[in-house]
Amino acid sequence: MFVIGERINGMFTDVKKAIQAQDPAPIQQLARDQVAAGANALDINVGPASPDKLGAMQWLVEITKEVVDVPLCIDSPNTEVMRVGLEAAEGNAIINSTTGEEERMEKVLPLAAEYDCPVIGLTIDAEGVPRDANGRMEIALRLVSACMEQGISTTDLYIDAVILPVNALQQVPQEVLNTLQMCKALSDPPPKTILGLSNISQGALHRELINRIYLVMALANGLDAAIVDPLDSELMDAAITSEVLLNRNVYCDDFLKAYRK
Amino acid sequence: MPLTIPKERWTAEVQTATIGATEEEGGTRTSTITIGGEQTLPFLHFEGETPNRPVIAMEVLDETPTGWPEPLARHYEDVWDDPAAWAQKAVEQFGADLICLRLVSANPDGSNASADQCAETIQSVLEAVGVPLIIWGCDNDEKDNEIMPFCSQAGSGERCVLGSATEDNYKTICASALADGHLIINQSPLDINIQKQVNILVTDMGMDLGDIIMYQVTGSLGYGVEYAYSILERTRLAALDGDKMLQMPMLSIVGSEAWRVKEAWQPEEDAPEWGPLEKRGIIWEVATATLFLHAATDILVMRHPEAVAYVRDHIDEMMSGQPV
Repeated sequence: MFVIGERINGMFTDVKKAIQAQDPAPIQQLARDQVAAGANALDINVGPASPDKLGAMQWLVEITKEVVDVPLCIDSPNTEVMRVGLEAAEGNAIINSTTGEEERMEKVLPLAAEYDCPVIGLTIDAEGVPRDANGRMEIALRLVSACMEQGISTTDLYIDAVILPVNALQQVPQEVLNTLQMCKALSDPPPKTILGLSNISQGALHRELINRIYLVMALANGLDAAIVDPLDSELMDAAITSEVLLNRNVYCDDFLKAYRK
Repeated sequence: MPLTIPKERWTAEVQTATIGATEEEGGTRTSTITIGGEQTLPFLHFEGETPNRPVIAMEVLDETPTGWPEPLARHYEDVWDDPAAWAQKAVEQFGADLICLRLVSANPDGSNASADQCAETIQSVLEAVGVPLIIWGCDNDEKDNEIMPFCSQAGSGERCVLGSATEDNYKTICASALADGHLIINQSPLDINIQKQVNILVTDMGMDLGDIIMYQVTGSLGYGVEYAYSILERTRLAALDGDKMLQMPMLSIVGSEAWRVKEAWQPEEDAPEWGPLEKRGIIWEVATATLFLHAATDILVMRHPEAVAYVRDHIDEMMSGQPV
């Protein structure tokens, strides 16, 4: 599983404070800790509260880059902020994200082509998140064709089937699992699939348990990548173990340790 | 209609390892060997780079071998009392890329040679040839732990390869390799899980990924070689798929395995239907070596000069990327 660490996000209080105080130390610690825990990339999001979003994005990317060399997942609804992040990341980046709306794809996909980096495509359009797997697949197909038109390889597209809180919409987890399977038939080679996992447990009790179990289920249905908190070691252990059981990784007695090496 | 050849997109490549150190690098070798770095399965040049060719190490024993069949013995009997002369012949006459010195004399069930004697032999071989050296113990854990620190020191700075670390016995040899700047061979039975485990144990001790060579014990043609092929291939597939703990280059021991099977040495009068003894062992060694080459091995340890010449030609052909 391609792990994108979610912790550098202005929505978390520790990160928000560090941005306000322009104190790189806590951010850099989070970067190092997440990579050491098995993150293959790090999400960078300035959060909603930041007054100078452009400056905050540039600063976050620059100080993170000083301590780790994994790709940075530039996470912003604003394409100007996105461009600043991509520029600062010097091409070692992933774009988070576009939706399936024409207007949004027209702005974001050229950035992916220009900076030659993978892009996350959410199965959301003007009407919001579709109710079932078929609706999600319609948008996924639109995303795949739009990428092809821009010359972006389908393997550089991560389809995010948008998981929603289980306490509000209990039918969604199953629909998302179906979508994960169907995505593999979209093109050859197929696009990759990704989930912003923790959304599933928003507002619920036993959040970590829900996240963990659902991640295992998603992996068994073909999930390629996830935006998660890699510092949740039980979550990571569950993911690593799933990959061994699915024969995607070679077993050895120290298989948990081997993954984190 | 033009034929489109399907290409696999691998996400990772094999580690590169350099064996031997020249004078500028603090050793005395006149040449070094670099292996690994493959971005695809063996010789699929259309799919990815194979920056370094597989190499042939020729085996030298530190005492006179017994029971070698005549077609093999005749090439070595003039030098087999003297490991330095043997190594020299292997390099100068038979074109060995490197020497694999096996310290069989140390075995307590045999001559039980001392650590000092082994160290002396290593020094004499290092002086006699300029190619890099693989130093292999006597395959008795207790005795190897006694002699290998001294053997390692005798080759200090030369970036030799020390053999071998196993799941149950790796600490001494690993510490020696780290102290004297050598590479190490991580040995396991024919079992990818155990191979990976040994790699983890050894890297836990601080060994660099680029200083490790993997060796899974295999037999020869006719003795489970199909299974060996599939496990070596699976190991390489895992490497190309991004499994860091299986990304090291691989070594295969061919010579001693091929020459000990009855097909290689049984006299013609006992088995006339098998054809001339003169050629059988050579064919056996060539077939086994070629098979491992195509299963992704990077270092072949071989014995018979004719087999070596044939396999070297085959490597040339495969590396040329031209249809043969």
